[in-house]
Formats: sequence, structure tokens, C-alpha cells
Amino acid sequence: MLNGSIVSSASRPSRKGLLVQLMGYFGRRFVIGVPMLFLLAIFALPFLVVFKISVSEMEGVRFLDLITVQDGLLQIKLKFSNYQTIFFNDDLYLRAYLSSVWFAALTTVICLAIGYPFAYFLARSRPEIRPALLMLLMLPFWTSFLLRVYAWKMLLADNGVFNNVAMALGVLSEPIKMMNTPFSLTLGMVYTYLPFMVLPLYANLVKLDIRLLEAARDLGATPWQAFWRITVPLSRSGIIAGALLVFIPCVGEFVIPELLGGPETLMIGRVLWDEFFSNNDWPMASSVAVVMVLLIIVPLALFNKYQAESAQGSGK
Amino acid sequence: MNNPTGVMVGRVWLVAGFAFLYLPIVTLVVLSFNESPLVTTWTGFSFKWYGELVKDRPIIEGFVLSLKIAVMTATSSVILGTFAAVAITRYKRFPGRTLLNGMVNSPLVMPEVIIGLSLLLMLVSVQRAFGYPERGMMTIWLGHTLLGMAYATVVVTSRLQEMNPQLEEAALDLGAKPWQVFFLITLPLISQALVAAWLLTFTLSLDDVVLSAFLSGPGSTTLPITIFSRARLGLNPTVNAVATLTVLVVSVGVVFASLWIARAEKRRASEMAAAFRMTS
Repeated sequence: MLNGSIVSSASRPSRKGLLVQLMGYFGRRFVIGVPMLFLLAIFALPFLVVFKISVSEMEGVRFLDLITVQDGLLQIKLKFSNYQTIFFNDDLYLRAYLSSVWFAALTTVICLAIGYPFAYFLARSRPEIRPALLMLLMLPFWTSFLLRVYAWKMLLADNGVFNNVAMALGVLSEPIKMMNTPFSLTLGMVYTYLPFMVLPLYANLVKLDIRLLEAARDLGATPWQAFWRITVPLSRSGIIAGALLVFIPCVGEFVIPELLGGPETLMIGRVLWDEFFSNNDWPMASSVAVVMVLLIIVPLALFNKYQAESAQGSGK
Repeated sequence: MNNPTGVMVGRVWLVAGFAFLYLPIVTLVVLSFNESPLVTTWTGFSFKWYGELVKDRPIIEGFVLSLKIAVMTATSSVILGTFAAVAITRYKRFPGRTLLNGMVNSPLVMPEVIIGLSLLLMLVSVQRAFGYPERGMMTIWLGHTLLGMAYATVVVTSRLQEMNPQLEEAALDLGAKPWQVFFLITLPLISQALVAAWLLTFTLSLDDVVLSAFLSGPGSTTLPITIFSRARLGLNPTVNAVATLTVLVVSVGVVFASLWIARAEKRRASEMAAAFRMTS
């Protein structure tokens, strides 16, 4: 009934790209051109500027031109000393990069360990309560991220809620230090990024064909075997999407380390921030940003590939 | 897992997960009514910090500015995001398609310090060359729009994909002009997605610290910047009061919006079913 009855077959336009025909050549150019130009100007061009400044010499508050013509000679001056500092002279930067990758990886693994069963049980919950559960999952996501991170400060502080309650109950005789440790940082990052892991996993697991699991059971697989051999492999793309959505932003996270981290939790996002806001060293901050981009370029490319595929996917 | 143990484990896991997600929020709300300035030591129930809030000029001014930026951001993000979504879903081949896809998706995961720094340095270079723009509301708006557009594109793209292409084709067959098809058929059909995208980018903008910090100038301190600078120094009872008000407004807003979206969806589905019935 739904199929084609509404469209008279005589003048039916070809199926591909309807708006191509709709809007004509100008419309097409306009629709593509507006977002393209905006992103080129606001997203792509700034990266070139950052790269340029990272190799620029500063004189006072001005950047010197990279290319000058002097006595009829074209001179190109590039200053690589910032990169030298990052890689060879000061091990602060390399340690910060390594520790950022470590905390991001740790966060990703914990989010997956908590989030996968969570998404799985959510997808298997009764269909009539599922929308309500999904809304419960989304609601914290809509409330201020900054305030939710701040809230952990209240819970974990030396005189915070956890310590106060534990001491009132007599479990602890003196407060344990949780704030400004690797523990508080990891907890804050897991907390913040957990929904980013759960949502793509849920979207994937909810589409899983239950009959496959029934077939596996009929063929003698235990639920555990069916889970590892069917459910997990089929949800691979959800796992990858979730992991990238957690890992990439975590590498450069600033707000959480600033509020919950401490002296032992060196993060590159904070280093960049300090170079820029405290030291006012713009070329150095730019160099740190360039190296950070190199660090995430592979996962970023993977993420873009995944997004492009899922944008193609259901669009036939 | 249909065995009773599996069901039990599932329930416990979900309850524990939601408890984890909501514990900090509940704590924020409860402690906002604590009379003590020490925040975490309960001394008595009080509305005192809400009273303080009304007199707190940086908070009020920051809120007004943030609200303006959020409304502007949500609107521009949805417009640009709809363009990008149409380009990506409806045009399968054009030069730079991969580039557009990459540029529109990357801000979703790109660390904000990188986006903020690079955008700022470019704007400073532009300003040195042309004397414009000054850092302030407009530059924050630009940065937020970049981020918001990425989210809006994802939301609108998924809606455009599940839309029945025959509806547009039918309108065209019946003699509608292209712009009529877009405004009379496509836009109403994706309107719920547009509302959802608007609300999402609105809250994103209202919440953003990092981009705002890089792109703000003197006299353009947004609410999150004020909150962040207080939270950095330690616990602060006014922050709790702001948080509680935010949670209240957002929960009410999200619940109403999703009810509205669900109802509109139902109505549209039944209207469409009726339309298809009539023709067959």
C-alpha cells in the first residue's frame, strides 16, 4: 500500500538526489557552498594560522612575517625551536602528552566496561519503559556539564559528602584524600563521557536481530557463548564509535583536569591553556596544539570515516 | 539472557548506572538549600543563597549575555546544520564532499582547547589586518556556532535519512515548485528534528567554558566563565543555587519538548497513514 501508490509512474523523477532536481544548479551550489565556506573560514583556515604562528618569531606582541623580501632575496624564516623544546629540551611536554593519552585510554576502557552492559540491558529492557529510560539517560547530558563536574568536587573533597558521611557512620576515623588525585580525575572523565559511550552502543544493540541469538541457543550455545560470539562482534561499529567519542576529546580535556585533577595528573590541555593564558606564549601554545592534532589525527580520521559511513548507511 | 539471574543483573546494573549519573545532580540540588557557607556541612535548610543570587551582578550579567549568545547560536547552528545535512544526504557526489563531511564531524570530538586557540589566533590575525572583529559576544557566537552546527547536522541528517523520499517526489509531481517543496514538505517533516537540534545547541552554548574563555574579551564574561572561575577556587554556595535553577529549567524544558515531539510524531504518522490510505 505504501509502495509507490501515491506517485503516478508516468512523470516520476529518477530516484537519485531529489533536491538536485528540485533546486537546480544554483540551489545545489548554494546548499553546499554555504556550510562549506563557513567551515573553511572558521575551522580549516584557523589550523593553518596556528601552524604558521607555531613557527613564527615574536617581536613584542607582533608576529614577524614568515616570508620577507630583503635586498632582492626572498627570505623564509621558520622557527622550529618550540618543537625542539617539546621533543628534546623539556620533558614536561612529552610527559603531558603520554599522561593525557594514558588517562584518555583508561577512561575509554572503564566507560566501555560500565557502558556496554548498561547499553545492553537498556536495549533488552521492556519496550514500554525504554523511552523513559532513554530520557533518564539523556537528561544529565542536557544539564550543565560544568556544574556536574563541579558537583564531584563536593562529593570527593576532604570535607566533602563522602568523607563526612563515612566519618559520621564511623567507617572512617579521618578523611581519605580523593580530590585532586588520578582517581578523581578518572572518575570525573568516566562520569562525563559515559553517555557518549552508551548512546552509540544502545543504537547498535537495539537493532540486533534476536533471532540470531535464538538460533545460537538452538544450536547449543550457552548464553555466554552467544553473547561473545554474536552480540559483541555484531556491535563492533558501536564499540568503535563510542570509544572514539570518548577517547579523542579526553586527550585534550581541560575543564575536568582543572577542577578535579591535581599535581600528579599532568594533562596536555592544561599545559596548552597555561602557555596561552599564563605565559602568554602564543607560538608555544600553537606548537603544543599542532602536536596534539598529530596525536589525535588517526583516531579522528577513523571517526570521520565512521560518521561518513553511518551518514551513507541508511540513506540507501 | 532470559534467565532470572540475567534479568536481576540487568536491573541492578541499570539502577546502579542511573544512580551514578544522578548522584552528583541530586547532591547539587540538596546542598543548594544548605544554610552553611561551607556547602558540604549541613547546618540547616535555607533559601538564603537564592536571595544572594539576585544581588550577584556578575552572575546576572553573565546569565543575560549567555542567554543572548545561546539564542543566536542555536538559530545560526540549526540553519547552517540544515544546509550541511541536506548537502550530505541529498547530494551523493560533489567535489569536496569528504572534506565537508570531515569538517562538519570533527568539531564533535576535537578537543575544545584546539578549536578555541586556533579560532582565536585567526580572529586576532584578521583583526590586525582589518581592525575587526573585536573579541566579545560576536566572536563567542562564531565559535559556538561551529560547535553547534556539528551537533545540529548530526540530528538533522538522521531525520532526513529516515524521511520517505516519495513525499517530496509526489509534491513535485503535483506541480509544486522546488522552493515550495522544501518549505511546505521537507521543513514541516523535519520540524521536530529542528526543534531538538535548536534545544541541544542552545544548551551546548549556554554551558560552554573553553571556547568562551578563548574568544571572550573584556566585558563579555559569560555565566559559565564566572561559574568556572569560582569553582576553580573551591566550593561556592551560589554555584549550587545556579545549578539547581539550571537543572529545574532544563528538566522541565526537556520533558515538555520530548512530550511535544512525541505527540507531533504520532499525529504526523497517523496523518500520513490516512493520506496513503486515501490514494490507494
